Amino acid sequence: MNFAIVVHGAPYSSEACLSALNFAKAVLASGHSINRVFFYHDGAYTANNLIAPPQDETPVGEQWQAFGIGNNIELIACIASCLRRGILDETEADRYEKSGSNIAPGFTISGLGQLIDASINADRVVTFGV
Amino acid sequence: MSSILYVFSQPPHGSINAQEGLDALLMGSAFTTCSVLFVGQGLMQLIEGQSTDELGTKNFSLGFGALKDYGVNRIACSKPDLVASGLNSDDFVIDVEPLDAAGMQLLIRDHDKVLNF
Repeated sequence: MNFAIVVHGAPYSSEACLSALNFAKAVLASGHSINRVFFYHDGAYTANNLIAPPQDETPVGEQWQAFGIGNNIELIACIASCLRRGILDETEADRYEKSGSNIAPGFTISGLGQLIDASINADRVVTFGV
Repeated sequence: MSSILYVFSQPPHGSINAQEGLDALLMGSAFTTCSVLFVGQGLMQLIEGQSTDELGTKNFSLGFGALKDYGVNRIACSKPDLVASGLNSDDFVIDVEPLDAAGMQLLIRDHDKVLNF
């Protein structure tokens, strides 16, 4: 079965972000597939490469990066959510004349259409953090 | 093509969830058949005459007027939550179809996917 996963919760302030990651790992471990993970609302903070958690806490963002890159799964952060929250790739940093970009490796900033497309094409959509 | 039901359960201005939910609904209706169900405090998003001037937040409730133009199929709310909150569908910015529990169940079943906001 093909899953679309939607993350609405920010790492550290919401448990949803980590639950979604654990779920995503379990999906693959069970022999299913994931067409896309879409980070919306505060979930977009997961794509912030400047997060520096205490050493004794789970590096949620890094684990998502490793998951996405290691399994070749698209991690898409909503552009409107990202811009409101200060998460920029180079293109957006240039466009809005900001001092730098901070999108984490493995993440792509893109539009809401990616959420709809993933929802339409998946067998199941599972949302975390509402 | 998969149809999508949007379930809106958050009040309008305390967080951005409701506003970003509406954005997702408008985007979705450009791609496929979409409907929306308001439940719980989500009903408050629809109350007519909201003014956010003093809050400094965006009064996105005006955007609900565009749902019909975007071709949003059914616009429904939970009848039990409507009664419990002391609201009446006349209080809303748009026409909304109140559904009892069985009606909501059918609405969910009629759609391939559900997105919660």
